[in-house]
Amino acid sequence: MSELRIEHISKWFGKQRVLHDISFFFHPGKVNMIIGPSGCGKTVLLKCIVGLIQPEQGQVWFGKIDFLRTDPASRRSILRNLGMLFQSSALFDSMNVGENVAFPLRVFTEQSEKEIQDRVAYCLERVGLAGIQHKYPAEISGGMKRRVGLARAIALNPQYLFCDEPNSGLDPLTARRIDELIQELTYEFHTTTVVVTHDLKSVVDMGEEILFLYDGRAEWHGSKAVMLGQPESLPPNLRAFLRASGLIE
Amino acid sequence: MNLNPLLKGFEDLGRYLLLLARSFTGLLRFRLYWQLWTIESIQMGRDSIFLVAIISFFVGAVTTVQTAYQIVSPFIPKATIGAIVSTSAILELAPTVTSLVLAGRIGSNIASQIGSMRVSEQIDALEVMGINSATYLVLPRLLGALFSFPILVIYACFVAHAGGIIAGAFTGAVNPTQFAVGARGFFQPFQLVFMLIKAVTFGFIISTVSAYQGYYVKGGALEVGAASTRAVVVSCLMILVADYVLAQLLL
Repeated sequence: MSELRIEHISKWFGKQRVLHDISFFFHPGKVNMIIGPSGCGKTVLLKCIVGLIQPEQGQVWFGKIDFLRTDPASRRSILRNLGMLFQSSALFDSMNVGENVAFPLRVFTEQSEKEIQDRVAYCLERVGLAGIQHKYPAEISGGMKRRVGLARAIALNPQYLFCDEPNSGLDPLTARRIDELIQELTYEFHTTTVVVTHDLKSVVDMGEEILFLYDGRAEWHGSKAVMLGQPESLPPNLRAFLRASGLIE
Repeated sequence: MNLNPLLKGFEDLGRYLLLLARSFTGLLRFRLYWQLWTIESIQMGRDSIFLVAIISFFVGAVTTVQTAYQIVSPFIPKATIGAIVSTSAILELAPTVTSLVLAGRIGSNIASQIGSMRVSEQIDALEVMGINSATYLVLPRLLGALFSFPILVIYACFVAHAGGIIAGAFTGAVNPTQFAVGARGFFQPFQLVFMLIKAVTFGFIISTVSAYQGYYVKGGALEVGAASTRAVVVSCLMILVADYVLAQLLL
């Protein structure tokens, strides 16, 4: 299992500083959650980690490689070990479901068409969507899109799985199913999973290690057990956040 | 003096050139780009054939009728109409008018396709997979345009001539034989080279300018629409500037 840690990440948009010196160790093989109120910088931090946004300061360590400063070949090799589920699913509209899941396999592996189709069928079955290969993204529901996004994310057996607000905009039942899937896939593929959310029900369902952001600062980090079991030890902003969700008195 | 528009212009130019440079780096499998190029070429070419035919036919026909209307002297031979229409079609009407029309059809299509991919995070998904999105999205469209534009312009040139001949015969302004005599009398092979140079240049402008407008969209559906409009407007302006520069340099 591979380690992932961030050190002193800071990001400015113009004159506005949106991330303040954030450091965290993401526990391998566990579901690590970045939580906080809307606009606190969760998604920006996630995009900094996967390289979609370049932070002005700090390091992102995948194992012993500084992802932000390594050479393009190493960067690509890290990215190929990484799966990501986007908030909008980000399925390719021009491809059907089967082609979407097969896409990373076709680009990065030498597998035969039969092997690719078998892997696509397995990944779709794993997320509970067997047999919908020929449907297009426009023909399936939001919850199904998220699951197809997950199937695509795990197609290459990634070591790291990143999920950006995986259940936002979904009904409670579907949202819980997505949470369960992320947890199951983390254990099955032994991935280091990072989930960004403001949905504390998700944290209760699948969170293990928690990083709480507030106004671009890492205000607290620790285990879910400590967060829910010892609320008196938490910083006021996190207590207020948990209280607003009814998780603590 | 407010320098902001000027600085914005330089910023746009810089980002456009950087996107172009990025489009040629980090190539993955040849097969992948071959498939994309094939799809783009077919879509650009096949889907434009009917539109190009209609416009070219009428451009040729109208040019013939108007040229005949302006030649009032009985001492000017009718074949002159053929010469003027043919030369105009080869040098200007086929490449430039066709490209202006295609800027509307293909340019807006490219900008809205890539812009939609940007706002729905599909471009981010490519980048996270380790795929250079500029190469994946821009290069096949650029190569598709460089391949299909010359073919469409040659086709437009033939149809414009046909339109001119038919309109000349229909109105009695010039018969097909006179038209052909005039067209052949003033024809120079370099005119075809010039037409193809224009086609390639305009194809390059439309595909890259439109891809640039789509690639850097921020926001949602409204901004994608605005980018699509901007792609057409900027492409048309660039085509007209390039048209003048090429005429000045090569004729």
